[in-house]
Amino acid sequence: MSSATPLTQATTAASPDRDLHTISLFVRDAPGVLVRVAMVFSRRGYNIESLVVSPAARAGFSRMTVTCSGDPSILEQMIKQLAKLVDVVHAIDHTTSDRFETEIALIKVRCEGDSRRDVLEIAEHFNAKVVDYAAESLILRVYGGSEKLDAMIALFEEESVVELVRSGKIVMTRALEMT
Amino acid sequence: MDNRVTTGAEKLIQCLEREGVEYIFGYSGGAAMPIFDALVDSDIKLILVRHEQGAAHMADGYARATGKPGVVLVTSGPGATNTVTGLLTSQMDSVPVVVLTGQTISPMLGKDGFQEADVTGITYAVVKHSYLLKDAADIPKATREAFHIATTGRPGAVLIDLPKDVTQGPCEAPFVDEVDLPGYTVPTHGDPEAIRQAAETLMAAKRPVLYVGHGAVISNAGKAVIRLAEKLRAPIVNTLLGKGAADETHPLHLGMLGMHGTAYANKAVDGCDCIMAIGARWDDRITGKLDEFCLGATKIHIDIDPAEFGKMVTADVAIAGDARLVLEELIPQISAGDTEEWLQSCEGWRKKYPLKYAKQGGLRAQHVLDRLHHTTGGDAIITTDVGQHQMWAAQFCLSTTNRHWISSGGAGTMGFGFPAAIGAQLGCPDKKVWAVCGDGGFQMTQAELATASIHKLPTKCLIINNNFLGMVRQWQELFFENRLSGVDLVGNPDFVKLAQAYGVKALRIRRPSDVDRILAEAHAYDEGPCVVVAEVVKEDNVFPMIPAGAPLSGMIIEKPKEQLAKPTGST
Repeated sequence: MSSATPLTQATTAASPDRDLHTISLFVRDAPGVLVRVAMVFSRRGYNIESLVVSPAARAGFSRMTVTCSGDPSILEQMIKQLAKLVDVVHAIDHTTSDRFETEIALIKVRCEGDSRRDVLEIAEHFNAKVVDYAAESLILRVYGGSEKLDAMIALFEEESVVELVRSGKIVMTRALEMT
Repeated sequence: MDNRVTTGAEKLIQCLEREGVEYIFGYSGGAAMPIFDALVDSDIKLILVRHEQGAAHMADGYARATGKPGVVLVTSGPGATNTVTGLLTSQMDSVPVVVLTGQTISPMLGKDGFQEADVTGITYAVVKHSYLLKDAADIPKATREAFHIATTGRPGAVLIDLPKDVTQGPCEAPFVDEVDLPGYTVPTHGDPEAIRQAAETLMAAKRPVLYVGHGAVISNAGKAVIRLAEKLRAPIVNTLLGKGAADETHPLHLGMLGMHGTAYANKAVDGCDCIMAIGARWDDRITGKLDEFCLGATKIHIDIDPAEFGKMVTADVAIAGDARLVLEELIPQISAGDTEEWLQSCEGWRKKYPLKYAKQGGLRAQHVLDRLHHTTGGDAIITTDVGQHQMWAAQFCLSTTNRHWISSGGAGTMGFGFPAAIGAQLGCPDKKVWAVCGDGGFQMTQAELATASIHKLPTKCLIINNNFLGMVRQWQELFFENRLSGVDLVGNPDFVKLAQAYGVKALRIRRPSDVDRILAEAHAYDEGPCVVVAEVVKEDNVFPMIPAGAPLSGMIIEKPKEQLAKPTGST
């Protein structure tokens, strides 16, 4: 994900995630499971927008959160194919679930002299924390909804963003509903 | 001796024995040597093939004929990659096979060692599941899981990659009986509410059709299909792979549907008001142009694999479950429908559009296959290769018995027929087994003549020799202004002499008047393999035909006068 692409789309946060779907998978922590999951997307020429894999609460299992755009009926069929994989315990599209979503970003911004104050102002507004304070740059850490991150990044001059690392979206359904 | 520690390879072979494996189809090589060594002391019989692709197809044919998993053992690198076509063939057609591949020692993985290939990586797309074992202690668990996964639910291909240090080193792990696979669930009995809806839908129909696929073969649902058809008074059609599940000679059976199905089967499907898929997946060879398939008809879909629901067709009622179990719960809810007018229409089509072929102008493949059906009395296991001969065999060799028709459908793998017949023969030694091949496909795996010859298998191989890749030639004639490209098999060997060079009995059919006598002679010969070469007319076409991507109503019954537009559908 280049920094340029989301910048232009950041301001259109009102559109429902530009048809992005958030799929959560509960999988066995086994070698090859990531490839098997990725191949369900790649065999159709689909691109995964973001992917987060990490250990689940239960030992021996992992949680994957995939965001992907595409025709909803095709995605529905792909989710069935994901669920069919022996290592996948369940695969659920949470796009319309009652859920909490968040993402974290690290933004390295070039700033010297007066521009530093502008950057710090933006950081303060978005509750971002300065985690590296160098002579010619700052690293900001920010978290929240992906739209919030998009909006913040869009406020910086494109050439001042030296590097951008986003974690990708993670999601959890509210109350005792299983994600 | 008694104090000696069991090796991983010995443990593996013991696990295979516990799974009831009778045969391993294999080809040795460096990385698999510990496993081949352990086989020396086992009762499992090794069938040494001449090419790993042959081993994979033999295991597949064995599995399709017996319902038991076929097992393949090959070495690393090229040995393993040569099984990839076989894995695709089995996986596409839901056939249980377990492929064991030797691998370089685990410290060398990823370092381009001699005969190293990333075999799990190469095969992800063509397996139901796979394992790369890095610890001998995992052998019992992985083997048990592999057989469980291959044979249950929608069956498929499972691969276990075995580094040589793992098979050569000690293994003290106990045997495993139970599997623990939280991500793997197998539907059995369908949802009662969905079954009730299906019964209601079927009985509301005036023009129902039962469309039977390979799932009905796998679950042995044929008798239930017939009971349902008789009770509902509905016609039956089957796919290429569904042949034999329900007796194709039953009066309610209209034969095979689809691209080269009978005209009456396709007319029935095109004219129905309700179609029920029983273990079938609405493949593109069946539906033709999807947007125009069974317009206005209600659709019921029974499949053990829920990922098939909504893939091609979104059914009005979808039932996830085993075809036989679902039908057995459905049948008591069915009472006779008012379908006599509909059945009369179907009989009218059967009379109006019979399968036919020219009796004059040289030896015809259809004639040979029609007579093969008479020679065998429909009681032989028939395997086919892929192409025109396959479609003619499907049309003329009506199948009456489950697991007696073996053909590569989904993958359409040339070279499948002959080795599959060898596997089927080993699995069913008391059965007559005929492979029907074209001259093109036969040459892809002809080296297995040696395998059949060594084991004196009474397998018969009928080669329909037109010195052409006939199906592609047919398309070039119909759709590409007869611009022939890459279809002339000039340089074919004399197949009789070729078979004789392997010590195999061989007969030749040149004239229509030879057909019955020579087929009978071959059928009666049981001392070893027998190759029958039918030298048929060079140019002939398979009809009926629905051009790829055309609707069922676009079916061609005979050769059209004018050139046809190039097909828009898949291949």
